[in-house]
Amino acid sequence: MLLAGALDTGCSRRLPDGSAAGWPFLQRQKGIVMIGERERYQQRGDPERGRLIARLADRAMFIRLETVRLAEIPGAGHYTGTFSAAELIASLYYAEMRYRPDEPSWPARDRLVLSKGHAAIGLYPVLADVGFFDRELLDDYTRLGSAFGDHPDMRKIKGVDFSSGSLGHGLSVSVGMALAGRVTRTDYRTFCMVGDGELAEGQIWEAAMAAGHYRLGSLVCIVDRNYLSIDGATEDIMGVEPLTDKFASFRWSVQRIDGHDLDAILDAYDCLEPPGPGQPQVIIADTVKGRGVRRMEGDVGWHVGRLAGADYDEVIAELQGGLQPLTSGASDG
Amino acid sequence: MADLTSASPALPQADGQASGQDLSGLFRGTGEVQALKDPKSGRGIAVTSIPAFVAGEELADLAEADDRIVVLTADLAHANRTIDFAVRHPGRFFNVGVAEQNMMSIAAGMASAGLIPFVGTFASYAALLACEQVRTDCAYTGMPVRILAHHSGMSLGFYGTSHHSLEDLGIMRAIAELAVVCAADANQLRAILRASLGYGGPMYIRLGRGRDPQVYAEPPADFQIGRAIRLREGSDLAIIATGSEVHACLGAARGLAAAGISVRVIDMHTIHPLDRNEIVAAARETAAVLTVEEHNITGGLGSAVAETLADAGLATKFTRHGVPDEHVVLGPPAALYAHYRLDEAGIESVARQLLER
Repeated sequence: MLLAGALDTGCSRRLPDGSAAGWPFLQRQKGIVMIGERERYQQRGDPERGRLIARLADRAMFIRLETVRLAEIPGAGHYTGTFSAAELIASLYYAEMRYRPDEPSWPARDRLVLSKGHAAIGLYPVLADVGFFDRELLDDYTRLGSAFGDHPDMRKIKGVDFSSGSLGHGLSVSVGMALAGRVTRTDYRTFCMVGDGELAEGQIWEAAMAAGHYRLGSLVCIVDRNYLSIDGATEDIMGVEPLTDKFASFRWSVQRIDGHDLDAILDAYDCLEPPGPGQPQVIIADTVKGRGVRRMEGDVGWHVGRLAGADYDEVIAELQGGLQPLTSGASDG
Repeated sequence: MADLTSASPALPQADGQASGQDLSGLFRGTGEVQALKDPKSGRGIAVTSIPAFVAGEELADLAEADDRIVVLTADLAHANRTIDFAVRHPGRFFNVGVAEQNMMSIAAGMASAGLIPFVGTFASYAALLACEQVRTDCAYTGMPVRILAHHSGMSLGFYGTSHHSLEDLGIMRAIAELAVVCAADANQLRAILRASLGYGGPMYIRLGRGRDPQVYAEPPADFQIGRAIRLREGSDLAIIATGSEVHACLGAARGLAAAGISVRVIDMHTIHPLDRNEIVAAARETAAVLTVEEHNITGGLGSAVAETLADAGLATKFTRHGVPDEHVVLGPPAALYAHYRLDEAGIESVARQLLER
């Protein structure tokens, strides 16, 4: 069953089907090959849009490359949950969010609460790249006394809007930020990126209930729906579907997109209602954990891992070649 | 009869007294309204001295001049009287329903956007249920969230252990950068709330059950977070008390004074950061030290004082008085305070035992 909140959107990119088990997961199980993202971008035709898409694709690849580089410093990293979110993070900071790198505490800035804080290794390079701090600082990633750990610390890193790491907290924090925007009459948006495994945390649904209750139209939750948590497939460990119906029943407006399709991501942002009293908005982004590195795609074993020696060089070369079409065969690990 | 551990005193006979349970704000019923009595002395108390009742009103006053103040509660607006704030500042009041963890993180998010959130709920839920949100979202981030942890200790009487907080001081004082402050009465609470507006980090403010008798005639003007208050001078014994036990300790000190025993009474309202100088002075200048708290004797004020004495290399006659290491027996508050010797008479007897050692 699909609830009215998910259907009543008038936006072409809003959820098409409401299928219970999640389509990429099923597609991969069935061996279906997804269409290459780049080819689809070119079908759109608008040159300006095309240039933006190309830039975002380049920055998403930059996120992946930097993740591989930084993870080598401590010899361990959250590769796959960062790769699944690369297009989402890139599109937020290079296309959607409003912020001032020279004024990190600007009261009217849009916020991102990275509730899945273990993807911070992909956020730091972006914050450096857009000018919050010098990129060289990242060379000390995870070293004694560094500001940059596996999870982001708002007191030490400019541009980090809230510290995270403990799953399930971020959406509540975002509700607080959105309520504060209402109290202070400031029209910023609060984005909150959550993982899908994280949705098993009860506090997420306390926050979802509160956001619906308070009609926090300035709150946008992005679910990195990569279908895997640490121990296995989410639907095996603790099923989170039907996600669309869940959020809709908590009085959210719902979009469901391919989270690696930059056109779809930008469309989803375009479809957001302006900040103000109204339904909170969730973008459920179906993604592939480990996307971009064939040996990691859909492989639960790479949640935390290390690329040593020749593997490191191979992966760097693979990423520099750009995002390749996804095949289900590559994801058996 | 309950199966008691050896640490617990024997249960008294049933005395048929009125329950003394504080149901204010949680209760509507018929029958004669009972006069409010202090469960630790049996004397009547004035309604105006009820701490939990002044928080909403005091914050509403402060919010007239400070638009950073917002107040949240988890379906306890009447029990903690934050409703008094809600009436005057409806746009800055948020009742988030029975979701204490959510509330704590929401407050942290609000604080990150420049507000000063005051969060009211039972101490047991603030410190135990939402402990990790306090640590990670409020303290680690340095957010100026003020937690009003009311009905602390065993003040919810026969509601039982689920509603008691006899561990909260031990838990909260172990969290870095979190101030832990206990209000002895309404006037001190007003002083704490006023001081909180100029305090940078998060605060855990421990309140009684809303019937604590008056210790301070007016909000102490020179109140400082982290600076103990010496309420009475003496040389034979120093009683270091906090929060809901301060008033009873003053009564006990008067009883001891009548017997010629000179007692210093210290209101150690701030448990973290601790006023170590005052503790060291007490050990050096008096013959014995007694700590009194409505808390398990493990982890709270007594433990903090013991650590300080040990760190300073001071050997002295010393007793930690509080609730023994057990889940408390069932009973109305007045009976529990008597049972665990946390009323005036009980504290006096514990003090005599210490001095006779």
